[in-house]
Amino acid sequence: MTVGLEHYLVVSALLFALGLIGVIVRRNLLIIYMSLELMLNAANLALVAFSRFTNSLDGQVFVFFTITVAAAEVAVGLALIVALYRKRQTTHVEDLTTMKL
Amino acid sequence: MQDALFYILAFLTLVFGFLVIANPFSRNPVTSAMFLVLAIVALAGLFVLLHAFFLAAVQVLVYAGAVMVLFVFVIMLLDLKEEERRKIKVLGIVGGLVSVGAILAIFLSSLLNAPLGAVEAPVLDGSTVRLGKLLFTEYLLPFEIVSVLLLVAMVGVVLLSKKDLK
Repeated sequence: MTVGLEHYLVVSALLFALGLIGVIVRRNLLIIYMSLELMLNAANLALVAFSRFTNSLDGQVFVFFTITVAAAEVAVGLALIVALYRKRQTTHVEDLTTMKL
Repeated sequence: MQDALFYILAFLTLVFGFLVIANPFSRNPVTSAMFLVLAIVALAGLFVLLHAFFLAAVQVLVYAGAVMVLFVFVIMLLDLKEEERRKIKVLGIVGGLVSVGAILAIFLSSLLNAPLGAVEAPVLDGSTVRLGKLLFTEYLLPFEIVSVLLLVAMVGVVLLSKKDLK
């Protein structure tokens, strides 16, 4: 069976689910952040696959923008984590409950 | 040949992705970061199979290069002790897995019912040239806005990293 669009979409869905499991189950802020990157990459794979199989490059342009925004997001997020660690000496989400009622 | 490569790369991507979130041998964030690099490189291989050569290069340069270096740098800067085992909330994990499984089931069932058909992939030629032209004509405004966004992010990061955060 030749590899088509649906194969790539299945891989993308599985990768997205893996990232979502990481965000929900893991309790370390840094690993939650890496799982977010995994989810973004899954979306990128779906976009590139659509762009290939519909013969239009718009999907690839979107992925280009996604990668740029993800880079900016990682920079800001990691700066926030460092600032948080300076104040609290922890990256464990269950220790960060100031906003909990 | 290409089909075999697809299966190998997809398998590697998923295995490395799994090792990022749940490594049975180590709970050290550095290990997770290294496996994330491998997953990203395997994903770049999938991009090559999809004839997105420019994006594969960008993926390796920006993600595996810049972003992951930043990650590893921050992990080492924080100097995390080995994460002590805490009591795991079984209810939370089961609930999380069930909800993720439900979302995945929705994805796959909608994929099964989608009228995709067995279309042969059309040939994209000179895709990097076309991508560049598209980026600087039709998508010129978003491109410029993204550059402003990067500037804003840079200013924000400098502000957040100051010693006495107000």
